[in-house]
Amino acid sequence: MSATPLRPGAEAIAEKGWLAAHKWLILRRISQIGILLLFLVGPWFKLWIVKGNLNYSYTLDFLPLADPFLLLQSVLTGEMPEKLALIGVVVVLLLYLLVGGRTYCSWVCPVNLVTDFANWLRARLGLKGGAHLSRMTRYWILGMTLLVALQTGTIAWEMVNPVSMLHRGLFFGLGAAWAVILAVFLFDLFVMRHGWCGHLCPVGAFYSLIGKLSVMRVKLPRRDACNDCMDCFAVCPEQQVIRPALKGINGTPPVILEENCTNCGRCIDVCSKGVFTFGSRFGNSGK
Amino acid sequence: MDKDSKPQGSARRQFLADTARMACGVGLLGLGLGLYARHATALPPAAIRPPGALPETEFSGACIRCGLCVRDCPYDILHLAKPEEPMSTGTPYFIARQAPCEMCEDIPCVKACPTGALDHSLTDINKSRMGLAVLVDQETCLNFLGLRCDICYRVCPVIDKAITLEPQTNTRTGKHTLFIPVVHSSDCTGCGKCEKACPTEIAAIKVFPLYMAKGQLSAHYRLGWVEKEKAGGSLVAPDIEHQYNLPEGMKYEHGKGLSSVPPSEAPPAEPVVPKAFQGGKL
Repeated sequence: MSATPLRPGAEAIAEKGWLAAHKWLILRRISQIGILLLFLVGPWFKLWIVKGNLNYSYTLDFLPLADPFLLLQSVLTGEMPEKLALIGVVVVLLLYLLVGGRTYCSWVCPVNLVTDFANWLRARLGLKGGAHLSRMTRYWILGMTLLVALQTGTIAWEMVNPVSMLHRGLFFGLGAAWAVILAVFLFDLFVMRHGWCGHLCPVGAFYSLIGKLSVMRVKLPRRDACNDCMDCFAVCPEQQVIRPALKGINGTPPVILEENCTNCGRCIDVCSKGVFTFGSRFGNSGK
Repeated sequence: MDKDSKPQGSARRQFLADTARMACGVGLLGLGLGLYARHATALPPAAIRPPGALPETEFSGACIRCGLCVRDCPYDILHLAKPEEPMSTGTPYFIARQAPCEMCEDIPCVKACPTGALDHSLTDINKSRMGLAVLVDQETCLNFLGLRCDICYRVCPVIDKAITLEPQTNTRTGKHTLFIPVVHSSDCTGCGKCEKACPTEIAAIKVFPLYMAKGQLSAHYRLGWVEKEKAGGSLVAPDIEHQYNLPEGMKYEHGKGLSSVPPSEAPPAEPVVPKAFQGGKL
């Protein structure tokens, strides 16, 4: 046993090398930043590959993509979207049904870059504890935003939504949105670990509902090899999702079916025993 | 222990307490959000929505804040509201004094809208009603001061219909004419060209959202002359011909004014001075 506690993933780096132990993290950052760049080359270089923002975008004057949560709020206010927005919703729903609902959170959403940084800094500064809140809170907030839309006839959540505020702000002018993003960052850093993405954000909560049925999952084909190093727990933004599948509690098959797994793949990176891998939700009952 | 002997009751109690905590906490947030959202339906006077925008109460539910209208505007006049601005975050607007709507014939902003927030049935830009120009300051309008500025009238894309110049006597000089710019809501699109072009330090003519600019008659009001035309004739017993007290040999006809009466038509001479003032015989 080593005298000083190792940082999560140290064993994996020693076992697989740095690059392999950061594979999914790097790919994820490429995805997040790449999507931002796709949107940014428009306003920067007048190269219009994608127009719009995460609420609704139009790619190459061909592919519409629309946020289903937002469109649901809009419909609740009593307005019907046009054809392109409806197609966009269907495309997005199908996409995330395939790759995993909250894959949106870890591979697309720009706020994840902010909260991941807060969490990294929190670990580095050794900040422990903080406020506690049920992870169910986000579903209450989700319900509340829908209710307010129904009641006020306006998409009220969009007035304060940090996700779209940041994404839209980067391409259309940030204004005071920087203060909102800073507040989310400081909240995650000092007040609550994984506070925003893991407890409060109704956008993520909505995508998790899609994730209940989505195909792509983190599987644990070698869960017998687990040596209880706890590295996966240390890096996982939704720690509660790992244990049932890893320990086979109540006969849980070796696949993470919990809807709040964000498919970030960090557990795959940091496991030195190769317990985790990406795969499909189907055909996992045997092991 | 009582607690251990009733695990079910304890669990139920815990569940109810948790639910109450969530409902109240999140309910408070929702109340705040709902009250804040009320402000979203009050568009500030200087912010004008793009062509075809639904009335504000519907617009804030239909607009999904994607910014496609902003992107497809060839003149880059549209902005998306920032969080600190006093309107619904992320919704499009333009400021007429900075850059008015150029009224593209193909209306690309409306075509780009993926929802009904910008009404797709609007195909003739001249039928758009983004707002309404109002000559707000008669004290600084140069035409009101007697100059022939006429700029708002000249730049108007719907010239001679949306803004007309109405001659009026200049009572200050007593011999000149004022050409008063008058905006007609039947044709004004609210593009804001007049406000942009107004040469005074602060524009004397401004475009306001329709809800601010337009009055409305009470529902029971009827305009007599309109009703008369609709009915094809007077709706009440014909007016008694008005009697005028005129100098001898003159007559007055409505619309024509005074004229002298040919002697043949002249009524028989009557005492001009009322009897009461004729006095007694001395």
